[in-house]
Amino acid sequence: MSLSTLFTIALIVVILAFYTGQRKALGFRMSGGAPHSLPFYHGSWFAVCVLLPAALFLLVWSVGDGAVIKSIILADLPEPFASQSTQEIQLVYSEITQLGQSSFVSNNAAALAASGKEFQALHSLSAQLKYSFASVLVFIGAIYGWTRLQPHFNARVKFEGTVRKVLFLSASVAILTTLGIIFSVLFEALRFFDSVSIVDFIFGTHWSPQMSIREDQVGSSGAFGAVPLFVGTLLISAIAMLVAVPVGLMSAIYLSEYASRRFRAWAKPLLEVLAGIPTVVYGFFAAITVAPLLRNLGETLGLSVASESALAVGLVMGVMIIPFVSSLSDDVINAVPQTMRDGSYGLGATRSETIRQVIIPAALPGIVGSVLLAVSRAIGETMIVVMAAGLSARLTVNPLEAVTTVTVQIVTLLVGDQEFDSPKTLAAFALGLMLFITTLCLNIIALHIVRRYREQYD
Amino acid sequence: MPSGKITSVTEPTNQLHAASSSNDASLANRANDYSETVGNIRVDSPKMSMSNVDVFYGEKQAIFDVSLDIAKNEVIAMIGPSGCGKSTFLRCLNRMNDTIDICRVSGKILLEHEDIYDPKLDVVPLRARVGIVFQKPNPFPKSIYDNVAYGPRIHGLATSKVELDEIVETSLRRAGLWSEAKDRLDQPGTGLSGGQQQRLCIARTIAVSPEVILMDEPCSALDPIATARIEELIDELRSNYTIAIVTHSMQQAARVSNRTAYFHLGYLVEVGETNDIFTNPNHKLTEDYITGRFG
Repeated sequence: MSLSTLFTIALIVVILAFYTGQRKALGFRMSGGAPHSLPFYHGSWFAVCVLLPAALFLLVWSVGDGAVIKSIILADLPEPFASQSTQEIQLVYSEITQLGQSSFVSNNAAALAASGKEFQALHSLSAQLKYSFASVLVFIGAIYGWTRLQPHFNARVKFEGTVRKVLFLSASVAILTTLGIIFSVLFEALRFFDSVSIVDFIFGTHWSPQMSIREDQVGSSGAFGAVPLFVGTLLISAIAMLVAVPVGLMSAIYLSEYASRRFRAWAKPLLEVLAGIPTVVYGFFAAITVAPLLRNLGETLGLSVASESALAVGLVMGVMIIPFVSSLSDDVINAVPQTMRDGSYGLGATRSETIRQVIIPAALPGIVGSVLLAVSRAIGETMIVVMAAGLSARLTVNPLEAVTTVTVQIVTLLVGDQEFDSPKTLAAFALGLMLFITTLCLNIIALHIVRRYREQYD
Repeated sequence: MPSGKITSVTEPTNQLHAASSSNDASLANRANDYSETVGNIRVDSPKMSMSNVDVFYGEKQAIFDVSLDIAKNEVIAMIGPSGCGKSTFLRCLNRMNDTIDICRVSGKILLEHEDIYDPKLDVVPLRARVGIVFQKPNPFPKSIYDNVAYGPRIHGLATSKVELDEIVETSLRRAGLWSEAKDRLDQPGTGLSGGQQQRLCIARTIAVSPEVILMDEPCSALDPIATARIEELIDELRSNYTIAIVTHSMQQAARVSNRTAYFHLGYLVEVGETNDIFTNPNHKLTEDYITGRFG
């Protein structure tokens, strides 16, 4: 049964159940009773009774039946295959699952034919069982719900409780996804730390992720010191923040305190357009326009500027981040109560005195929060640096030289044909984990500061 | 259209008067006519003198042709129903309305013979001379000390730390907050209670030694005890300062002021000695308001 048919049937069942429940409740009213809840709640609760157990059952069964079938098939796998390594068995199993399809051609077709047949049989049996059980559950739910639907049944309370649980489930999806991401990165990173010591990784100053495929290859031992990458990331982020924080903050102050309402009405969206430009486009801009410009400028001044200098990348990234700082700061500055300004103006303070001594201090926590969010954005930024920053992991803080960043290295390590058991590839996950931890910490600090600020005026 | 609005609002009141006090024909006839101010608007040596002040918010006119003098060292109360323009008028006196983009003021407002709306005049010294206390206490998110020192600092009133300390102490003493605040000067002003915050705001205002203090419903956010405290304070301050206070409480106006001005729909209806206004009002609208018949 296809998913759309299933949904249609479920929808029809729910609507029918709702109306049946509602009609029964209306009946209580007709016969002079005073039901505890409105008929709407009786209908809703009855619909939940009918659908929810069956829906949950279908979900669990669909997730679980694959693993059960697999274990049954693999238990009596014919001999040449059964003694293979786990990974090869994995491949064989995926062959078995596809044997039934006419377009699939396998070398082992004959040897696996029995298993293939068994898989098909189990698969269709599972589907039959699944839908039969679901129908039975719908029936049981309906009987249960029908007997409970009495005039004094507190359908409203029960239904509100169900709503609360459903909402809770939705909220936990986001949290569970985050946890899932953390664990998937964490386990790969742990595999990496099996072959490379964590101390070497965090404190090593040499980055050269070349692993030999054969023993006799040149340069067989890779070096996985992440310090140059983090220094490069921080250098570029620092340049970006040097551009974004003053410009963003000053434009926020201008927009919120000085600009006329009409100017603000079109200038603010225009500034936010900057945030909507795809980072790829910023990458072009950095690589094709800004970097050569800086190199030529450097030549005329007698400086040697690398054609992929950290300065060029940082400047463009700074421009990209301006709207984050300005928009958030503008909101925070606007949130400073007008009475603060009145108090200051009423004492004869000028506009700039008021801004410096009253508004900025009052808005400072929020501004710091917005800056920290922008920093974590800068550290995690990938596309601009991939396109315009260098690849050589040089340990330097000179902005005129080419540096590389954590995100650039992750991309280069993972792009192309890679074997997923070599430290070279796994290093990407370790880097990703470090990056994730860094930005997570920054975000937590930023949110904490922003929250403290909010409490001050509410 | 302001004029249309006025007729529609006053007509029912007029009918009410006709029914309730038909024997007092002279008062009833004047109930619908309040464009001329009743009472003596001029004093001998005015501290501030307003002539033919009109205020507009965009197209809407909020104040109509108000003329009024404020005498030196008097407390003048401005009363009237909500939306009658008394706060707007008060805010004209130190050009606080400048901070509202769409607000336009015409007419003449003199502070000791100096036109405060003269385009050449700088508002910074003006606001140091005419301070304002707002309805809601609005201490800055700074320490108590810095709140009071804010004005003296921006106007450069103190040349040394000792002098600044002295200004802060005197101001807090005058505002009656010194005994409560002297041990916690470095704590944030926002941590004080509502009444204390309002006294802090008054201390902050008198720290720049203004000549006139405008108070825009300074007690409306406070409980009766804090209100009594502020009223005592106003009574003490009147020997040194000229005070104009907007209030919704007629008892408060009666308690603290020398003169009272009654505003109605943007017009100054009647002004006079507080005792006369409350015992023997000359305008029907004033009488109705102070006896609680409307407003």
